Amino acid sequence: MYGWLQALFVLTLLVVLHVPVGDYMARTLDGGRHLAIERRLYRICGIDPDREQDWRHYLLALMAFSVLGIAALFALLTLQGSLPWSLGHPGMSWELALHTAVSFTTNTSWQNYAGEATTGHLAVMAGLGVQGFASAAVGMCVGLALIRGLVRRGGTEIGNFWVDLVRSVFRVLLPLAVLFGIVLICMGVQQNLDGAQAVNTVAGGTQTLIGGPVGSWEPVKLMTGDGGGFFNASSAHPFENPSSLSDSLEILIMLIVPTAFIRTFGRMAGNLRLGWTMLTVVGILFGLLLIAGNLAQAAHTGTVAQAVGAQTEGTETRFGIPASTLFGVSATASADGALNASYDSFSSLGGGVLLAAMMLGEIAPGGTGSGLYGLIMVVLVAIFLGGLMVGRTPEFLGKRIGFTEMRFVVLYSLVSPTLILAFTGLAVGLPAGVSSMGNVGAHGLTEVLYAYTSNVNSNGSAMAGLNGNTMFYNLTMTAAMFIGRYLPIAFVLALAGSLVRQQPQAVTAGTLRTQGVSFVALATGVALIVALLNFLPALSLGPLADGLLG
Amino acid sequence: MNRLPRWLAHHVAALRVVVVLTLALGLLYPLAMTGIAQAVFGRGAGGSLVEKDGKIAGSELVGQSFTGTDGEPIKRYFQSRPSAAGDGYDPGATGAGNQGSESVVDVLPDPADPESGKLSLLTQVCARSKAVGELEQVSGARPYCTSDGVGAVLGVFREQGLSGRATRVVSLNQACPATPFLAAYEGVAVECAKPGDDYSKALVVPVRGDAPAHPAVPADAVTASGSGLDPHISPAYADLQAPRVARERGLSLDRVEDVIKQNTTGRALGFLGEPGVNVLTLNLALDRES
Repeated sequence: MYGWLQALFVLTLLVVLHVPVGDYMARTLDGGRHLAIERRLYRICGIDPDREQDWRHYLLALMAFSVLGIAALFALLTLQGSLPWSLGHPGMSWELALHTAVSFTTNTSWQNYAGEATTGHLAVMAGLGVQGFASAAVGMCVGLALIRGLVRRGGTEIGNFWVDLVRSVFRVLLPLAVLFGIVLICMGVQQNLDGAQAVNTVAGGTQTLIGGPVGSWEPVKLMTGDGGGFFNASSAHPFENPSSLSDSLEILIMLIVPTAFIRTFGRMAGNLRLGWTMLTVVGILFGLLLIAGNLAQAAHTGTVAQAVGAQTEGTETRFGIPASTLFGVSATASADGALNASYDSFSSLGGGVLLAAMMLGEIAPGGTGSGLYGLIMVVLVAIFLGGLMVGRTPEFLGKRIGFTEMRFVVLYSLVSPTLILAFTGLAVGLPAGVSSMGNVGAHGLTEVLYAYTSNVNSNGSAMAGLNGNTMFYNLTMTAAMFIGRYLPIAFVLALAGSLVRQQPQAVTAGTLRTQGVSFVALATGVALIVALLNFLPALSLGPLADGLLG
Repeated sequence: MNRLPRWLAHHVAALRVVVVLTLALGLLYPLAMTGIAQAVFGRGAGGSLVEKDGKIAGSELVGQSFTGTDGEPIKRYFQSRPSAAGDGYDPGATGAGNQGSESVVDVLPDPADPESGKLSLLTQVCARSKAVGELEQVSGARPYCTSDGVGAVLGVFREQGLSGRATRVVSLNQACPATPFLAAYEGVAVECAKPGDDYSKALVVPVRGDAPAHPAVPADAVTASGSGLDPHISPAYADLQAPRVARERGLSLDRVEDVIKQNTTGRALGFLGEPGVNVLTLNLALDRES
């Protein structure tokens, strides 16, 4: 009861706020004048902000930025021990540093280490934090490029990557981070540069409290779809998430930018109704996941849950079970790997819902920027199928969805299932993969499937029982994250490049209308069917077997 | 710049942007936030520290263990929830136990090395329930638990593997020489489990038993939290502990319940999250009284 009220409260607030934020993003990200300080920044960096790029150069700039970001972060993490503010932590081993660098640069933020025991303040602030902003901004850039491909009339240019990057960071992400950060600190999230502090406890023992710049980290972690915890326990940790009020705010922060981006799309396309239509699809998918998750968690059918009497293992008292489910669904559906409870100890079917949220391709509302382009891909498939079914020309915003376009859409859609299933198969087939499982049997398979689903989809959410800090998992996950992030981006930009050349066609009676109940049903159905067809066999062997046979 | 090939120009620009972003987002942003936080929200930004006798005794946000050096509960203190953070409430090793709801079979310790083996989540729950029941003088019985505080789980060998007549039945979590919680199952005598024996061919059958569905020991008292630092317990668990603490401290039960109320946080805005009792501030308040 209270759980549903909380969900209603947070989601209503989200829908209300996504309008002004989305409108602001549309106004400030695309076109308009450069600020004086931005001009200076472009000059320092040797960038001509008024020279736009075709999709190849856009992709090249994006990859150059990302690869150099990986290199910089890798260097910072391995050299941490010789730098200030390390809190005495040594540098990471090369394979862990490589995994972590790729993880944060690809907006995945899967952590094969415990934050409080591994990273000092400099690594968090100047390394992980910078890539938190940057990786989210990269997602927004790709989203903007695809929107331009759809709305521009002819030409080859889809924008200037550097301008999109700088504006996403300094006009959207940073101001929101400052705002949300201050509110969270006001609610009790700590923000200092202290190190570890040993205290004598009330009962006469000792406890070592760990300080740090958590308040400036927290909005970055949540808003950017980054999700990596300052501490191992992430948003379950009372220093990251002290109360049920901060918990509700954190859920809102996770969802706000991806949701607002849908509005931005509607605004830039000059078709606000399209924005609402797509938001409805997202809302239905999110609602289905939330209902399924809450039912699974409340039914507590597992043996241990029946012995306990509730699904309380791994949840915090101040949040309770429904708020942990809401947080979990929000985090996995928005490509944010944060957690406020142990997902490994969710009921088998509840954990399956989180897995399904990621397997949907993270479109409800998905990652920052990446959620929008994932959603547009689903919409394009729906338009194509709908067009075939009724014999209408597949068109979206006046652009014909022909052979070239569908080829990129299909390639995009195939990357994630192929990688997830191939890597999971490899891991369960090799002793090096099996020995890291924290649970045996079907639940062990769920852990591995969850891990690669999370890595390929740039989520970072984890069933933490799996020990990922081995050579095998560090390297295979690195590959999964890198390919799973940049190959789809390449296909999206190629699609944008193909679309932008087309002159839009006039809307006729033969055009499939992208609004109304039938289109919403079609798009929702396509999203579900594509995900189910890809993953039902694997889900049956993992969470379904665990929950139904256990 | 303009003389460079364009692919190279991208890399030069990328390098400079990485440097600029690192300075602006990696140093300026967090340091400015720290300055604002320290100036305006000093206490919370500093970690919400609490004092006892003028010395810092912890943070009101971070739970503590109230056990003696022997690991046993100190009876004059309210007890926190079980914790999976290190040896309990260790902020250097936060996290959950991460065991699933079908974690029901223990790896029994080798008799030569009592530290070996791995307890299933079910046995941990059963053992905690039994211990809390004894401490608070209520029944610690739970579904799927034996009276000696392990998971009531049988390994059933059948004629055709998955089906057919039961040929041999083992109580998987009760190491010999324990007496199995059931004498016989489908007419076959139940054996105790021998550490190291291979029971992987047996079907795992948890046995519910006749314990009530709503046990006297509340759910949060037998499960670890997500962070391992949960500062709260449920009001039900606080109420269960109140008579013992009142007795040990020579306070009236009414007085203890008043202090519980003062340290209870309700649902935020009346409907967000769950109510919780802060164990650290509760115990500190009681220490000030007696």
